[in-house]
Amino acid sequence: MTRLAATAHAMTQSAESHGFLSPTGVEIAFLLVGLLTFGAALVTVTTRQLVHAALWLVVALGGLAVEYLLLTAEFIAWVQVLIYVGSVVVLLLFGLMLTKAPIGRSPDADSGNRWAALTVAVAAAAALVWVVVDAFRTTWIDLDGPAAGSTEVTGASLFQNWVLPFEALSVLLLAALVGAIVLSRKAKAESSSPPVNSRAGSGGSPSVPDSRNHPIEGTRPAAPAESRTAAHPEEPADHQKPDPAHDPADAGTTTEQEGAR
Amino acid sequence: MHLAYPAVLSALLFCTGVYGVLARRNAILVLMSVELMLNAVNLNLVAFDVWLSRTAEETLHSGQALTLFTVAIAAAEIGIGLAIVLAVYRNRGTSHIDKLRDTAEGHGPDDTDPSLPDSDALAAEQAEKAEAST
Amino acid sequence: MTTTTLAALVPVLPFLGANAGLLLGRTAPGFVRPLAVLPTLTSLVLAVLVAVRQGGDAAVDAATELTPTGSVPIELALHIDGFAALVAVLVGVVASCVQIYSVGYLRDDPRYPSYAALVSLFTSAMLLVVYSGDLIVLLVGWEVMGICSYFLVGHYWETPEARAASIKAFLVTKLGDVPFLIGLFALAGDTGSFEITKILDAVAHDGLDHPTLIALLLLAGVAGKSAQFPLHTWLPDAMAGPTPVSALIHAATMVAAGVYFIARLLPVFAASAAAMVVLAAMAAITMAGSGLAALAQDDIKRVLAYSTIGQLGYMTGALAVADRGAAVFHLLSHGAFKALLFLAAGVIIHAAGTNSLAAMSRMGHLRDRVPDAYWTMTVALLALAAIPPFSGFFSKESVLGAAEHVSTGHTEHAPAAAGWLVLLAGLLTALLTAAYAARLWLLAFRGRGADAPDHGRQPLTMTVVLWVLAVPSLAMGGLAYRLLPDWFDGRDLAPTLTTSVLGTGLALIGGIVTYAAWRHTTAHAARVPLGAVAAHPEGGASLVEAEAVAGHEPAYGDIAGAADPADPSRLLLGPLHHPAAAGFHLDAVYRVLFVRPVQAAASLVQFLDREVVDTYVRAAGTLPRWLGTAVRRAQTGNVQTYVSALLAGTVVLAVAAVLVASGA
Repeated sequence: MTRLAATAHAMTQSAESHGFLSPTGVEIAFLLVGLLTFGAALVTVTTRQLVHAALWLVVALGGLAVEYLLLTAEFIAWVQVLIYVGSVVVLLLFGLMLTKAPIGRSPDADSGNRWAALTVAVAAAAALVWVVVDAFRTTWIDLDGPAAGSTEVTGASLFQNWVLPFEALSVLLLAALVGAIVLSRKAKAESSSPPVNSRAGSGGSPSVPDSRNHPIEGTRPAAPAESRTAAHPEEPADHQKPDPAHDPADAGTTTEQEGAR
Repeated sequence: MHLAYPAVLSALLFCTGVYGVLARRNAILVLMSVELMLNAVNLNLVAFDVWLSRTAEETLHSGQALTLFTVAIAAAEIGIGLAIVLAVYRNRGTSHIDKLRDTAEGHGPDDTDPSLPDSDALAAEQAEKAEAST
Repeated sequence: MTTTTLAALVPVLPFLGANAGLLLGRTAPGFVRPLAVLPTLTSLVLAVLVAVRQGGDAAVDAATELTPTGSVPIELALHIDGFAALVAVLVGVVASCVQIYSVGYLRDDPRYPSYAALVSLFTSAMLLVVYSGDLIVLLVGWEVMGICSYFLVGHYWETPEARAASIKAFLVTKLGDVPFLIGLFALAGDTGSFEITKILDAVAHDGLDHPTLIALLLLAGVAGKSAQFPLHTWLPDAMAGPTPVSALIHAATMVAAGVYFIARLLPVFAASAAAMVVLAAMAAITMAGSGLAALAQDDIKRVLAYSTIGQLGYMTGALAVADRGAAVFHLLSHGAFKALLFLAAGVIIHAAGTNSLAAMSRMGHLRDRVPDAYWTMTVALLALAAIPPFSGFFSKESVLGAAEHVSTGHTEHAPAAAGWLVLLAGLLTALLTAAYAARLWLLAFRGRGADAPDHGRQPLTMTVVLWVLAVPSLAMGGLAYRLLPDWFDGRDLAPTLTTSVLGTGLALIGGIVTYAAWRHTTAHAARVPLGAVAAHPEGGASLVEAEAVAGHEPAYGDIAGAADPADPSRLLLGPLHHPAAAGFHLDAVYRVLFVRPVQAAASLVQFLDREVVDTYVRAAGTLPRWLGTAVRRAQTGNVQTYVSALLAGTVVLAVAAVLVASGA
């Protein structure tokens, strides 16, 4: 409710800022798509269904791509669609599946921190909107003329002025690639070297060789006093994981199996 | 077009992302919220680049270039982030970041925290499987 | 040896004996008895020698300054005049008798070595007080007596009565000693010396700046030590101590010290007429009240204790009329017969197995069991009742004569009011004294009922001493009243006709009335069985006494009185009996007036300390702990919380920065 009020407040302010102008067609389109994007973003951070959150994220990111187009930055728009909608969201969906995120409504999707988060977010939104509106009340973008973000312009700028950061960025991507692989393949590294991520808390657990594929099993004897009552709602009973006895100790294989499932 | 439209939309999206980062329990949802924040910044960069490229004679299109860099970095971030979340999940049996409280004052290791039901369910599940395999 | 050396040896010998007894008490028990008796006997001989050499002539003075002590010098000084010489002889006689008696009385007592050493120390301290010519040295002996009385009264510390009595004796006497000390300093401040001769010179020539204040301050200490109203309450309770200790305290040492001190410094007191009147009033109240209380007591030793208080009242009364010769005369004769009374009472308690007169009055033939105690006690009681020709008659008549002399206005040393007070109270007390003496004798020796238990003869050490003391009780007065004026101030001590007739007549009336009342009530005695005896009557005398002391309150419901309808005092006192038995409830009054307020103040202080002061202390610890807890709560380990706080702070800072930048 507070969030909606804040949103309405923000919208009112933005409406006021152009109240003395007759809105152009581009502005109306931008406003509508912006509302859609913002609504999708709100649903993304509030929905209780985790997979729906990812799907609403697609809507929000796609809406943003449309906004880029409206701002004549067409290359950015396509990149947005390709990378975000095409790969990032898919990666996130994979992540959801790999961590056995429940399908359907999960009542505890928000943490106990939500009221503090809401306060901070609303305060930040109020402050930002106030400052931005106050600063750019009399500023217009001239969208006529040649597109500011066509592929040609962008490419020329990128490879004339930004080529060195571009190359550095490629190294960063390589590093991220290697890092992700290393993090994901730690199971094999663990069998020959001390576990990188082993903690003192699980140090007392017996080192059963095949439990290394699933270190959660290793932590089980370390918590014998836990009450074994209610199964967690995020863990439906039919959601079984692969049998560790036949698992060839490879996270990639697990990913494939989970993906197949 | 009035510059306040993209600026305000960017601010609202950013704050929505902030809310998601602070309030969501699942680490992957937190990553999604981070993506929202990054996109809000991207929108800002693009809008101001367009505005400046019209007003200035010579421009480096730095906004669009930085947007592209941000997209790349976001891709790397999401890859590394997901890898970390997966590693944590495999170690702790949970991807809920409010259960990861090893740095708390006066708390034991979070995998012995009695309020943690996830490893319970997993342990029970594991016990069932152990029975089934024997 | 010079007289000075002999006199110095008199207090030193018992002191050395006490130290040796304490040191050898465990390792060489065989030496304990000789070490207890011989030094005391030797110092008795030396005291007699000193008295003979001094002979009532000019006082022997000797002083040596050990170390400079500032503006007012403190010297080891001897001042031996006739008073000192004779009182020292009395102390030596009584202490020797007590030591010899104790050999028999405490023969089975495991704590005899420390007991004997403390008695020796007590004796030494009293001799020091007697001979000392310097007030600070006198104060040393004075306080040593206080602590010795504490230990000796608490000798039977297994019984709660003895523990309470010892603490009470110590505290009450100290209550008087604090103003006493201040008075000594004030006196030295006025006269510039602690030496008695110089003080008396200064008083005689220059007078004092604050005579009344000093006299009243010193009087407080004397009242505590000599058990005068209102600080007398410790003395009856001190009967919880062994009987020889009671004899020593009552006859010669502790209570005599106060009277002796006033006698020494009488010009200081006489300098203030107000102080003399106060002293007279104190003496009068003490005499009359103690006589009534003594009549109602059931414990034989408490009767004697109240009688001591009354006789001390006679002495202070004599001092109040500025006749120290009469006071010390009565001190000497009273020392003899009161020591005898107590020692004989110890024998009786041992023989009867109880200290209750009510129980004794139901025993037949008690006097046949203890013939020595019977005869000597009869003598001593006659002396106490001041029947001629026993010694008490002459000394008491000298007091009454002096009072009569003052009351008719024949002297300028003391106000006539003091004389009248002392004279009337003294005559009343003569009546009461005879009454309670007769009651004691009748109840103890004329009892009817089952025969008293027979434990065989008492030890020789105990009976011989009685006869030794019976001699001065019987004969000293008649011989001494002619000789003593040469030793004292030279004032005539012979009895005057008026007071003799009055006093003796009243005493006879008291005795006869008591006899009549006893005849009337004794018929009830057989109908009301009463009495409890010690559980181990065949044990040693001290064991029997300890059991009797501990058993009196459970057996009779009160430490002082007994619900005995056959008691003639009930008939005599009527409704006064109950308050008299309880010492006129002075203890209760003190409890209300002093003990309760002190306890309330203590609990207030405790409350303030625990609830107020400690609150700050605890708060000093608790507040940081709460702060720490509050800060610790922030360390939840939840990264989202941290980031929330971080962003909230950022927003606040950003808004503040914007506001500042925009000048709002």
